Amino acid sequence: MGEENKYQPVIGLETHVELNTETKMFCGCRLSFGDEKNTHTCPVCLGHPGSLPVVNKKAVEHAIKIALALNCRINEYTIFHRKNYFYPDMPKNYQISQYDIPLGVEGHLEIDMGSYVRRVGITRVHMEEDTGKLLHTGSTGRISESEASIVDFNRAGTPLIEVVTEPDIRSPEEAREYMVALRNLILFLEVSDCSMEEGSLRCDANVSVMEKGAAKIGTKTEIKNLNSFRFLQRGLEYEVKRQVEVLESKGRVIQQTRHYDNRTGTTKALRSKEEAHDYRYFPEPDLVPIYVEDKTVEEIRKTIPELPSEKAGRFGSEYGLPAEDCVFLAGDMDMADYFEESCRHYDNPKNIANWIMGDFSALMNKNGIKTISESRVTPENLCRMLKIVDEGKISSKMAKSVFEEMFETGRDPGSIIESRGLEQISDESILGSVVDEVISENPGPVAELKGGKEKAISFLVGKVLAKTKGKANPQLVVEIIRKKIG
Amino acid sequence: MGRISKDDVRYVAKLAELEIRQEEIEKMTSQLDKILDYVAEVSRVDTEGVTPVSHILDIKNVLREDVPKESVAQETALENAPDEKDSGFRVPKID
Amino acid sequence: MNRLAGEGLETYYLTAHDLKDKLKKKEISCLEATESSFRRISEVEDRVNSFIRLEKESALAKAKEVDSLIASGGEVGDLTGIPVAVKDNICTKDITTTCASRILENYVPIYNASVIEKLEKQSYILLGKSNMDEFAMGSSSENSYFGPVKNPWDITRVPGGSSGGPAASVAAGEAVCALGSDTGGSIRQPASLCGIVGMKPTYGLVSRYGLVAFASSLDQIGPLTRDVEDCASVLNAICGHDENDSTSINRPVPDYRSFLKPDIKGLKIGIPSELMVEGIDSEVREKVTGVISMAEDMGAEVEEISIPSLKHALSVYYIIAPSEASSNLSRYDGVRYGYRDMEAKTLREMYRKSRVEGFGDEVKRRIMIGTYCLSAGYYDEFYEKARRVRAIIINDFKKAFGKFDVLLSPTSPTTAFKIGEKTEDPLTMYLSDICTIPVNLAGLPAISIPAGLSRDRLPIGVQVIGDVLREDNILRAAYSLEKAIGFKDLPEL
Repeated sequence: MGEENKYQPVIGLETHVELNTETKMFCGCRLSFGDEKNTHTCPVCLGHPGSLPVVNKKAVEHAIKIALALNCRINEYTIFHRKNYFYPDMPKNYQISQYDIPLGVEGHLEIDMGSYVRRVGITRVHMEEDTGKLLHTGSTGRISESEASIVDFNRAGTPLIEVVTEPDIRSPEEAREYMVALRNLILFLEVSDCSMEEGSLRCDANVSVMEKGAAKIGTKTEIKNLNSFRFLQRGLEYEVKRQVEVLESKGRVIQQTRHYDNRTGTTKALRSKEEAHDYRYFPEPDLVPIYVEDKTVEEIRKTIPELPSEKAGRFGSEYGLPAEDCVFLAGDMDMADYFEESCRHYDNPKNIANWIMGDFSALMNKNGIKTISESRVTPENLCRMLKIVDEGKISSKMAKSVFEEMFETGRDPGSIIESRGLEQISDESILGSVVDEVISENPGPVAELKGGKEKAISFLVGKVLAKTKGKANPQLVVEIIRKKIG
Repeated sequence: MGRISKDDVRYVAKLAELEIRQEEIEKMTSQLDKILDYVAEVSRVDTEGVTPVSHILDIKNVLREDVPKESVAQETALENAPDEKDSGFRVPKID
Repeated sequence: MNRLAGEGLETYYLTAHDLKDKLKKKEISCLEATESSFRRISEVEDRVNSFIRLEKESALAKAKEVDSLIASGGEVGDLTGIPVAVKDNICTKDITTTCASRILENYVPIYNASVIEKLEKQSYILLGKSNMDEFAMGSSSENSYFGPVKNPWDITRVPGGSSGGPAASVAAGEAVCALGSDTGGSIRQPASLCGIVGMKPTYGLVSRYGLVAFASSLDQIGPLTRDVEDCASVLNAICGHDENDSTSINRPVPDYRSFLKPDIKGLKIGIPSELMVEGIDSEVREKVTGVISMAEDMGAEVEEISIPSLKHALSVYYIIAPSEASSNLSRYDGVRYGYRDMEAKTLREMYRKSRVEGFGDEVKRRIMIGTYCLSAGYYDEFYEKARRVRAIIINDFKKAFGKFDVLLSPTSPTTAFKIGEKTEDPLTMYLSDICTIPVNLAGLPAISIPAGLSRDRLPIGVQVIGDVLREDNILRAAYSLEKAIGFKDLPEL
């Protein structure tokens, strides 16, 4: 058990994102969503003799968007390469991809781990085309148990963006958080549906372990078939444990590709002997270079909404909110806008934040409301309520109940307070006479309080509130009691 | 001579998914060897500072608008299939 | 008996421009012209084997349509109603396209090549698909699954390759003109060996969409015709930007016929010494030298030029072309179309058996060479190096065209060789392309025209090379020289 603390996982992730363009990467076929097999194909994406690719402009723009959002440097020009290997889901038995001059390089994504922030380097962002789909015949549908397979080329040629990280990830939890953050980011950009279940977001991991403090990094294995956040974390946990066990028993980790089996929660080396693929990359002669002008990059940059991380940072500096608040509010675009709109009507951002994160969110969850702007509470009304509390017209406890009615009915706080007659009593003379009554009716607790038992004051305050039907200003009551008792 | 060995030939054949029969390996090796030996003379050319040309007219940024074009009908896609099943292309056991 | 082209010429031996004239004047109907071609085909085809497939029924039907069109005064293009042979590596929708390979023996394209779309718009008459070296790999048209093509001038000899079928069909009078493809000389060399005109346009001028790829950065479709004027007509029909081909040049297409001027006074002609040396036949040298003198007599300024990097052209080509080909031919795996070994029990077995049974020897050899040159450990030494040397060649040509308008050389170092003569040693065969290969490496336009006959009555061709997009210069030079040479011989078939 303790051996695991001796070792440090070193993890890099390769993620493929299917874009939501109208057409495929290199031909005009529409993208397919569960359609009849082979109904979204043409000579190009079927790899017919004589067919040629033509690059989808929108796919390039989306790719630039992703690269910018990941703080990458966009290369001055970028070219496509052929990656040669044979497989039945490959129409040409080479994939048009990118190799040594990809679209974006040297970026990063920061992930918030709660007590610390991990900056994950992004090595590259590049464009390529997806393969077709294989269905394996036989009852289990698994490749090792079928006698034949059937190929559907509807998906072949779908634009894919590959995002590769540096091996900066240091734990399976971080890996999961990275994927969550990456997914949120890309959803934000509206360039993909990003569904791991549907396969529009896929990831493979490269994992090794090294002794903490050691200079040399360990041998890495590639883990495939991690198709949910949960499986990703589980699979990596298993693999790290496995590698540690191998090393602890004086063995060597073999560089290989392993498949995550979600039934057993383990990784297994692929059955066939995996030799390192020789992809024979060479520049795609059927395509010409893409020179990315600064002007284009800036135009695309302008279309990127403020990213959650940027927004969170700005909330911190502009509104002076602590990090957890910023992350919470900035994580949801709608909520962030609501918050900022509220700040225009009221000058205590922390107070607004507390209400949004607390009672407001709780009521939303309870009532199944997903976006804050769908609720009946307008930013203006929220602020009115907060001002009323500040003015001492109602207690904060009373505000909870007022807010609930605001949430239910959409009415403004003023009219609710008036119709329910909830205005807080802050008149010292009125309160003073009630306090006198309570003191005379409760000699016991008064004596305890005089004797130093602090708890007694809550009892006495409670009595005052009961007599005033909850309308007494509690802070004032406390002050008055103390003055009278000494 | 001796630029490419029989093992090299077997390896390259595997990469290219070609099955070269035992009887032919010898002949193939000697033919390839001769050709490679000849073309290898390019290594003697001084190419210091020379960058490859991507297109003779330096064409760049050929991009297509993201507008759908009609796909071919399913029957057409499968027309030339050597083995079709369930509207897909069937292939034997993947090894 | 020498049958010289001229008056009393058979219909099937007319040039396209003469035939167009007669069609317009209604001296002959398109149906008659087409029937004439098919009669000729049935006369000689068993000796020439220039076609893999004939489309007689549809051709005759089309001819009737054209006659109606002409009768109703419809628009007649340069190739309207003209009987054309198309090399079988150009996709013709619904018409089997084999690339002379077993692996595509039954492949029926689901689309038309862009050039075919253009020709169909002009209502050309497709006679059939021409025989060739398998996947355009070869210089003799002996590497065909459908048997070798024979040279109409001597059927014991090769017509050249890989567009041997198109060249032979034009030379034999089977087709009025033909479309071929040229990657290292595959249009020009057979044109030279068959005594006709053959041209490779500037790379990118003619769409490659629908041309079954051999070497993507070198391939171009081009015309094989009886004379330079027809060549210009075909260029007008097939050149132009195509949005389906990313390497296609996006510039307006001139009227290539406007460059047909019989005047080369002041034209600066360079003679690259590197293309006049290696193993050139003495008779070839003689004829080409004769043409050079003619040019000088016509007022051209002729000078020798040395382009040393051309010595490496063959090596560069035989690295780059097979490398690109090895990748382009990966798609022939028996999955989606083409030949499949149905006995294979597993995927890999199916791949390997289908490909080894489906491809001929030369194709396999080139795939092996290409795969080797791209493989890890050899990529830098071979492929990457070759790309750089190619850049040097391109640059050297650019410099040469700073001094000259056109370059002139023999098209082929020899006349047509005997069938089987060079098949034992691949390298010997490769040397046939020594004069034509450099042109493809630099993407230049070049045309081969007949310079005369050898003492054996075998055609000798001369090649005119132009700078990028300078078809104007080479057409002018070729047209003028053609007039001066006055070659009118026809094969005795």
